[in-house]
Amino acid sequence: MSTEVAPTAAPAGPRPRVRATPARTAIAALALVVLLSLVRAISGADDLTSGGAISAALLLAVPIAMAGLGGLWSERAGVANIGLEGMMILGTWGAGWAGYQWGPWAGIVAAVVFGAVGGLLHAIATVVFNVDHIVSGVAINILALGATQFLSNAYFAGRDGGSTKQSPTVDPLGTVSVPFVGDPLASLEAHHWLLVSDVAGILRGLLTNLSWITVLAVLLFPLTFFVLWRTPFGLRLRACGESPTAAESLGVNVYRMKMIAVVASGAFAGLGGASLALAASSFYQEGQTGGRGYIGLAAMIFGNWRPGGLAGGAALFGFADALQLRGGAAIHALLLLVAVLVVLVGAWQLRRRRVVQGGVALACGVAVLVIYLVTTTVPSQLTGSVPYVTTLLVLALASQRLRMPATDGMPYRRGEGG
Amino acid sequence: MARVDVRRVLVTIAAPALALVLALAIASLALRASGHSPVDTARAMVTYARRGSTQVLILNTATYYYLAAVAVAIGFRMNLFNIGVDGQYRLAALLSAAVGGAVHLPRPLHLLLIVVVAVTVGGMWAAIAGLLKAYRGVSEVISTIMLNAISTAVIAYLLTPGRLAVSTQGSNNIGTRLIPVSGQVPGLDLIPGANRQVFGFIIVSALVGIGYAVLLNRTRFGFDLRATGRSQSAAVASGVNVKRMVVISMALSGACAGLVGLPQLLGASYSYALDFPTGIGFTGIAIALLGRNHPVGIALGALLWSFLDQSSQILDLEGVPKEIVTIMQGSTVLSVVVAYELVRRYSQVLEQKRVGLALGQTTGVTA
Repeated sequence: MSTEVAPTAAPAGPRPRVRATPARTAIAALALVVLLSLVRAISGADDLTSGGAISAALLLAVPIAMAGLGGLWSERAGVANIGLEGMMILGTWGAGWAGYQWGPWAGIVAAVVFGAVGGLLHAIATVVFNVDHIVSGVAINILALGATQFLSNAYFAGRDGGSTKQSPTVDPLGTVSVPFVGDPLASLEAHHWLLVSDVAGILRGLLTNLSWITVLAVLLFPLTFFVLWRTPFGLRLRACGESPTAAESLGVNVYRMKMIAVVASGAFAGLGGASLALAASSFYQEGQTGGRGYIGLAAMIFGNWRPGGLAGGAALFGFADALQLRGGAAIHALLLLVAVLVVLVGAWQLRRRRVVQGGVALACGVAVLVIYLVTTTVPSQLTGSVPYVTTLLVLALASQRLRMPATDGMPYRRGEGG
Repeated sequence: MARVDVRRVLVTIAAPALALVLALAIASLALRASGHSPVDTARAMVTYARRGSTQVLILNTATYYYLAAVAVAIGFRMNLFNIGVDGQYRLAALLSAAVGGAVHLPRPLHLLLIVVVAVTVGGMWAAIAGLLKAYRGVSEVISTIMLNAISTAVIAYLLTPGRLAVSTQGSNNIGTRLIPVSGQVPGLDLIPGANRQVFGFIIVSALVGIGYAVLLNRTRFGFDLRATGRSQSAAVASGVNVKRMVVISMALSGACAGLVGLPQLLGASYSYALDFPTGIGFTGIAIALLGRNHPVGIALGALLWSFLDQSSQILDLEGVPKEIVTIMQGSTVLSVVVAYELVRRYSQVLEQKRVGLALGQTTGVTA
């Protein structure tokens, strides 16, 4: 559904592609930690790397990551899925409905099933009836909203603690921690030593008090990578997104693969809904998803339709979300981080002799830096927009290497391939 | 040949008719499941819609739904998906309300100023997405989603006392300064016997619809736009500057989106306050799909949508959960596209049969 336009500045001659090897990823992650640590020390906003903030970021990244993973499955099979938001809404409702009656684990199962039903609807519309993928997605978002409001009226209103907009409270799911690390890390963190305390804070956030849904969600990333990139099934599924006619000629049942992918996509989105209803709070509430389905889609595109990149995008949104919830000082410090990052990107572009992009990036970076220096706080109303502005900046400034599956969003009919 | 024409007419009518039947069937099922009679519900809705004052309300909501859907449709014809209509119209309405409330001018000038501000703000906000798409290859779907979120934050920032807002006496609602009478659009007595007036802005809506039809079908720009939407490579080959088209059509879509808030602003509320209607942009997407991007189709879609919206009022009184309306709207969108696809497949089969028959006759082989 989108017109593809190649970026203007064509690279002058072939240049070596920088591939994301595990070593390079580790170095990049390390550099980011050092940068965070420096920014924390300069700005004095200790919340930037505190265990609490990182833990909150993880909790908020999970729904976005699950929606994104849903999008990844569906779009890798060539079905654009803008209905993730609706499938997520179905998930939150299912989690609340089954959760308060039979406990949180039943809630998770119901959320996955409800999300998958939304996915099935999208699959039937797009694969069987060849409906435009965007149309079907928009319709599913409307339908899911209407259906959950309708069902809340019937099942939650009048129940103890429930209303037409909210389910009764669900028992907590419980958390899990890596043993023996919480206290030492907390004491290290309290010293506020450069780098050491920051690493301790980040580790404490990542290793202690994890919701079971978070653990499940994190495990789904390597699983998705393995299934989609290391099995024959995954190869066939991705082939359906790149060239369904070629897949068809090799005997792949394209319809079936697409159906499986889209139903799985809904299940992931439903699980994301469960994490909102059961981990981030303890009930279903109308409007709980708050557009996270769309943000998940953005995180997936940001991550170039790859699980690793998607995880990075989701982490970015989760982090900015968490800092915003925890107050202004850390968000103000985030401006410094954004400024430094954008300046670095600009310098890198200049080194590659891309003068225009580099210049624009440097100018943006300096502008953000000036804003950081002349202000002491970010107005509370504007803090919420930081992740969105960051995404726009990153997408606009990073070199354009994003490539979506070749036939993503296009209709396919068996036997009509040219 | 006359027989074939009859068939074509039948096929054209078949799609919307089938869609209607499908949507009604789904809604009846949902009503039955919740223990209400579909027939009684439909009767209540129709009776309510026959009241003059309801008809005014339907026309009023349809006025801005139509503008939003046309804004989306301009993008769709170019294969651009402007999800950002929502942010564009809210930002445009806020800023034009602030400007309109700050000045005193003769009526034509005052109205012109407000409209120009709204159109410019909407167009420029959308042009950001267009520029990012054309020159940085950023998908407009993502950038407009981001811009929606950013405009929500910017509006929250600007709409505070001391910036653009003044507090209203006797309530905790805050809004921009009231637009003086010279900047208001008087209502029209279109429906005799109704106790309300139709938004005067409905004329502008109709003009925008005509403008959209003329622009698309009677100008070179419209031809280029449709060509780019159909086949980008063919458009490039015939000398269309695709980048320029992306930026211009995005800005145009945003300019149209800038008008969306004005019927309400200049015809009813006269101020942008916290309770200004939101989400019209998303409704616009559904209506543009329903009307298949056709100026008349969109008008019918907007009327149907606002009829359903308004009738939810009476359903509440009848004891039927009004959320049934949202289900109806969602299933209508789906049924319309499914019905068109089914009819397209069927007419393709018919066409193949006809061609086969004709070929058989000319070559002397009996079919």
